[in-house]
Amino acid sequence: MERLSFTYPARQAVARRVHVGVVGSGDLEVLLEPSNDAQAHVAVTTSVDGFGTVWQHVLDRFFTRFDAAAAIEINDFGATPGMVLLRLEQAAEALRA
Amino acid sequence: MSTPPERARFLARDSFIELTARERAVRVLDAGSFRELAGPFDRLTSPWLPLQDIVTQADDGVVIARGTLEGHAAVVASIEGAYQGGSIGEVSGAKLAGALELALRDAGRGRPVRPVLLLETGGVRLQEANLGLAAIAEVHAAIVALRRHVPVVAVVAGAVGCFGGMSLAAALASHLIVTRQARLGMNGPEVIEQEAGLAELDALDRARIWSLMGGEQRYATGFADALVEDDAAAIGAAVRSAFASAAGGAPRSERVASLSARLAAIDAAHPPEPAALRALWARETGA
Amino acid sequence: MSGAELSRIGLTWLEALTGSAGLLEEPPRTVRVADAPLGGENARFIAVVPDADNRFPRARAGEVGLDEALALARQVRRTLAEDAGGRPRPIVALVDVTSQAYGVREELLGIHLAAAAAVDAYASARLAGHPLIALLVGKAISGGFLTHGYQANRMLALDSPGVQLHAMSKQSAARVTRRTVEELERLGARVAPMAYDVGSFAKLGLLDRLIGGVDAAHPTAADLERVRGELIAAIAAARAGPPDLATRLTSPAALQGRAASIAVRRRLAEQWDAS
Repeated sequence: MERLSFTYPARQAVARRVHVGVVGSGDLEVLLEPSNDAQAHVAVTTSVDGFGTVWQHVLDRFFTRFDAAAAIEINDFGATPGMVLLRLEQAAEALRA
Repeated sequence: MSTPPERARFLARDSFIELTARERAVRVLDAGSFRELAGPFDRLTSPWLPLQDIVTQADDGVVIARGTLEGHAAVVASIEGAYQGGSIGEVSGAKLAGALELALRDAGRGRPVRPVLLLETGGVRLQEANLGLAAIAEVHAAIVALRRHVPVVAVVAGAVGCFGGMSLAAALASHLIVTRQARLGMNGPEVIEQEAGLAELDALDRARIWSLMGGEQRYATGFADALVEDDAAAIGAAVRSAFASAAGGAPRSERVASLSARLAAIDAAHPPEPAALRALWARETGA
Repeated sequence: MSGAELSRIGLTWLEALTGSAGLLEEPPRTVRVADAPLGGENARFIAVVPDADNRFPRARAGEVGLDEALALARQVRRTLAEDAGGRPRPIVALVDVTSQAYGVREELLGIHLAAAAAVDAYASARLAGHPLIALLVGKAISGGFLTHGYQANRMLALDSPGVQLHAMSKQSAARVTRRTVEELERLGARVAPMAYDVGSFAKLGLLDRLIGGVDAAHPTAADLERVRGELIAAIAAARAGPPDLATRLTSPAALQGRAASIAVRRRLAEQWDAS
């Protein structure tokens, strides 16, 4: 198990909380809520050690299109990068809905 | 793109089994009435899994929701089978027991709340062993006490099934609903193979396992009250009808004399095959 | 079958506390019941004991199998019926159970329902006002413990190496969690609910009394006097309190050992009614 944290600049405020996903095999859950500053913070807990760079790339990509000041908690049980992006997009979608 | 009829049916079906625990609770309750208690943002997670380097889930794999069933106050406890096999740890077990205890408190005050258990669990979470088992004993205690005030309805839909101490919870319920995809047993196939050896049971022999503990067999031999399709609307209807009709006789787990009589008639050295047991313990005459 | 020696501890305590090996008027021989005076009233003692000739082969080593679970249910329900309208007598479950019985026959014939019938009977007796005391003298493992002892409103245990508690036998738990038995033991030292020893169990707050200095295998007359005294006190406490399992959440040890169990209930209660 490994814990990672990331910070991204943000412009929009977040008005609500969103939860998607399950910590099942090859899956993850995302908890998204307003952050207490003007930045986005991501706290990842993953069952698979040693993939910090991959997480960095996946999140960099997500934050090219997402600029909300969100505190995002990710609990991961070995999801692929594609699955991580899918769940993040789902959370972002639910935020907009 | 052409769509053969069976594929169209497959696409049109509204599978309950494929839903998450939260979606299941939403679908069982009256539309729009779902209100979650002690949800993911309460972050009541397992204190014991991080000590063992295991990732927690923010709801510890159990969703508790208040809402209504045909307008009557209700509480649904739904276990997430995809997280740690639906296993019962300290927190997930306390959510189940705590919800039932609050329903009992309200029933005692003349405010009955209809309790529904959506069971999808391998039983005790071994990483929290004694505290999981303790919570299951408290779930049992709460069901027996609550059942005197209001029917307790349980559903085993499928994917994981319902095993270990939680299979006793299913058996204690006033009314048990299963699908053909459900499995219900005290000991899962893997545990039996480990404890008793391959000669006793090959845990990979799916046909054998389903013949022993599958939903259809359990219904046919009197261990369940309703056999329904894997369909969200059908399961919701079965839950509502269970509350409407639950005035019936003694709960299954109280029928000690008839259970004893039918077991005494079994030759332990040459037990019947599952198909033969259906004839012996047909629903109409069984417990 | 393994050649492991069958535990005599349950029978030892039944004989020591009641002067009888229990009723054998009807099968199975594995569920023994005897009455004996205790603190000026009659108490009913129930033990599950091994039988190498059990008709169900997977229940020969002290497991709670199909016949055992239903016999427990019958005996407890008989006690309920006998005392209906009168003063509910104390029921003492002497606990030395290796587990539930694991087998194909057991699943086919619905051991989950038989076990539920035992749980139901014990819980019903407690709700009817019978002081229900579990005295842990040996193993209290998994489904065996759920069916025989875990519905008690007071739980006492001998502080003895032979008293072991868990959700699964050590060997099986090791296989299922992909650890060695040694790793499991080290983990138990760090993660209290994973431990098998009764001292760790006591830290969780589920026990009302941990009785030290008693020889579980060969209790002396003085040991028996002490244990009787503890049982009498537990019966009085059970009668004075509600017929539920509340002490398991309110004991001083539970405030630490089951802090999450308490926190979850508090949160549920806060949110139960819509604001």
